[in-house]
Amino acid sequence: MLRGILIAVLTIGIAGTAIWGYQEHREKNAILQNAENNYQRAFHDLTFQVDLLNDKIGTVLAMNSRSSLSPGLAEVWKITSQAHNDVGQLPLTLVPFNKTEEFLANIGNFSYKAAVRDLDKEPLTDEEYNTLKKLYKESAKIQNDLREVQHMVLDNHLTWMDVELALASGDKAADNTIINGFKTVEKTVESYSETEFGPGMVGIQKSDENFQYLKGREITESKAEEIARKWASPGKGAEVKVTGNGEGSDFGFFSVAIEDNRNNTQSSMDITKKGGYPIWYIVSRDVDQQKISLNDASNKAIAFLKQNQFENLDLFESAQYDNMGVFTFVGTQNETRIYPDAIRVKVALDNGDIIGFSAEDYLKSHHVREVPQPKITAEEAKKKVNTNVNIMEERTAVILNDLNEEVLCHEFTGVLDEDTYRIYINADSGLEEKVEKLNNAEPIYEDAV
Amino acid sequence: MKFKLLIKLLAVFVMVMAIIPYSSNGQRAAAFSDQVIQQGAVGDDVIELQSRLQYLGFYNGKIDGVFGWGTYWALRNFQYEFGLKVDGLAGEETKNKLVKASKYNKSHVKEQIRKGNKFTHYGGTDLNKQTAPKPKAPAQGQAGNQPAPQQGAAPDKVTAANTPNGFSQNDIQLMANAVYGEARGEPYIGQVAVAAVILNRVESATFPNTVSGVIFEPLAFTAVADGQIWLTPNETARKAVLDAINGWDPTGEAMYYFNPDTATSAWIWGRPQIKKIGKHIFCK
Repeated sequence: MLRGILIAVLTIGIAGTAIWGYQEHREKNAILQNAENNYQRAFHDLTFQVDLLNDKIGTVLAMNSRSSLSPGLAEVWKITSQAHNDVGQLPLTLVPFNKTEEFLANIGNFSYKAAVRDLDKEPLTDEEYNTLKKLYKESAKIQNDLREVQHMVLDNHLTWMDVELALASGDKAADNTIINGFKTVEKTVESYSETEFGPGMVGIQKSDENFQYLKGREITESKAEEIARKWASPGKGAEVKVTGNGEGSDFGFFSVAIEDNRNNTQSSMDITKKGGYPIWYIVSRDVDQQKISLNDASNKAIAFLKQNQFENLDLFESAQYDNMGVFTFVGTQNETRIYPDAIRVKVALDNGDIIGFSAEDYLKSHHVREVPQPKITAEEAKKKVNTNVNIMEERTAVILNDLNEEVLCHEFTGVLDEDTYRIYINADSGLEEKVEKLNNAEPIYEDAV
Repeated sequence: MKFKLLIKLLAVFVMVMAIIPYSSNGQRAAAFSDQVIQQGAVGDDVIELQSRLQYLGFYNGKIDGVFGWGTYWALRNFQYEFGLKVDGLAGEETKNKLVKASKYNKSHVKEQIRKGNKFTHYGGTDLNKQTAPKPKAPAQGQAGNQPAPQQGAAPDKVTAANTPNGFSQNDIQLMANAVYGEARGEPYIGQVAVAAVILNRVESATFPNTVSGVIFEPLAFTAVADGQIWLTPNETARKAVLDAINGWDPTGEAMYYFNPDTATSAWIWGRPQIKKIGKHIFCK
């Protein structure tokens, strides 16, 4: 009797476990399939976009009329951005696919730049035409390589989950067909990467100026410690550690970390080897209660900059985050604001101490510039501004435009309905270089409990 | 402590002022604290400033306690109209003029904020007609929820926050999640560094162009892959993210980082290394 019950219970138990296990298994497979399908979509979409890209560059080459060239180039730009988006969804982060992505970005930038300019006044130069031809050839090669990978994927039912597993398990990455396929694509691009994008194409990113404007002699490690001690003024018994930069850095710097256990404060600072300039400085401590106003804090920040010989700066923006004030300063030269020369200072609103400083932008770009006289007057420039904007302030300013070139502009701050805008009109060409909508404070979304 | 007491006293004072009809012998900058209020400031003084400017019809925005552009222009217009120096700073003189010219029903404003009501503070109209109750939130799971505990929890603080240009509170939250999941055991500076790497990738042409794109790129961050990103981040992670967004990059423009003890990929070791912060090595 007892045995019978036991057997029955066990049988039900086993059967139950089996059913449960099977369901789990099915669910897991469904989820895996879902992830796999997402990858597949991104991948096939990518090859499609590259197909399209190649076609489109081909058509642009054959176009003659300016009126069709601009939309054609704009389309090339759009396609590259979509292809770029697809790449971002594939598990390729650890596979060297950078060159290909860079290539896509370059085509995108090139076509954008050409598409937005007035091709009637400035038609494509022969050089640019040749660049386009080369891009056409390169994209054909990439298209071909990708199609080959696509064919393998479809033919052999290769899955991206395998790629992910291979990548996750590290060195086995070498013998995965998909990864190898992408490596081939990458090699192709690399061999072509010398493409001349023509003058004015400064590269895809803000060129790394590497503190070329800094003056002064190399400092030693102990000097770096001395500088950091002066900034942080730690108490006795604080732990100070100085380390040099790694070999991969483009410029020399010392990192100083100061740990003051008495007041539970950690200060960190990077200092350039050349000249001993502070790149950034951060103090980590609790700031519990606001005791001074943002205005007092901004005065402290100004005094601090003066004391450290950072001169000719304008307070550009101030904002309070919790109990800290963050201030952005920009350079000025003869009443012209130099936006690339930016310094940020963070002040604790409990005692007014400087708890953060960042001068990377400033140190990289600050030098005595030849600021030319504006060719068009502020009055003329004002006429280029949308008439609905109620202009409140105006000045001249040097900004970085879309192509990362420094240009002199007339800057207008104005109001349109409830929003404030900053509008930059090129002081040379009258071109509307940039229109920024300035942030309004964002409401705090409380949990709707 | 003293400060709190002062505020309480001031609150009482203002309430009394609101009840007693305004007379000319009460002309003092009674409620404002003695700070110079400048753009970017947050707090009670800003709430009062906005309310008073709205009373006079200069300010049409929301009374949220954050001195933004709308408040700035309203203040400048006020200064212009009243023959003051137009500098956009609420200093002693400006505040006195403002107090003289306007009324501020502090208890009313505070109550509206506490209740989360939509309200305005224009002069010449009954204040009670200028409020609308907050739209009811969709019904929660449990029925018959009591409003009492919620009353106690909702503070009468400012209802908005400064956000760096181009980022929303939710972007910051998402990044804080990622930073917390990736680097919660790291020193503060190491957390800023991780946030800075995310931003460097957003800037870079070879990575997706949005914060979410970078964070959720497959296999980019282990914390995303194993779900640790959905842990609730602490205040430190959020501060680290704010620092990174505000322009602090402790990494020397790094694009990658890895933990040498746990990294499995041989490839990552081949990247040019810039520096080590905490347990992470940062590379180009």
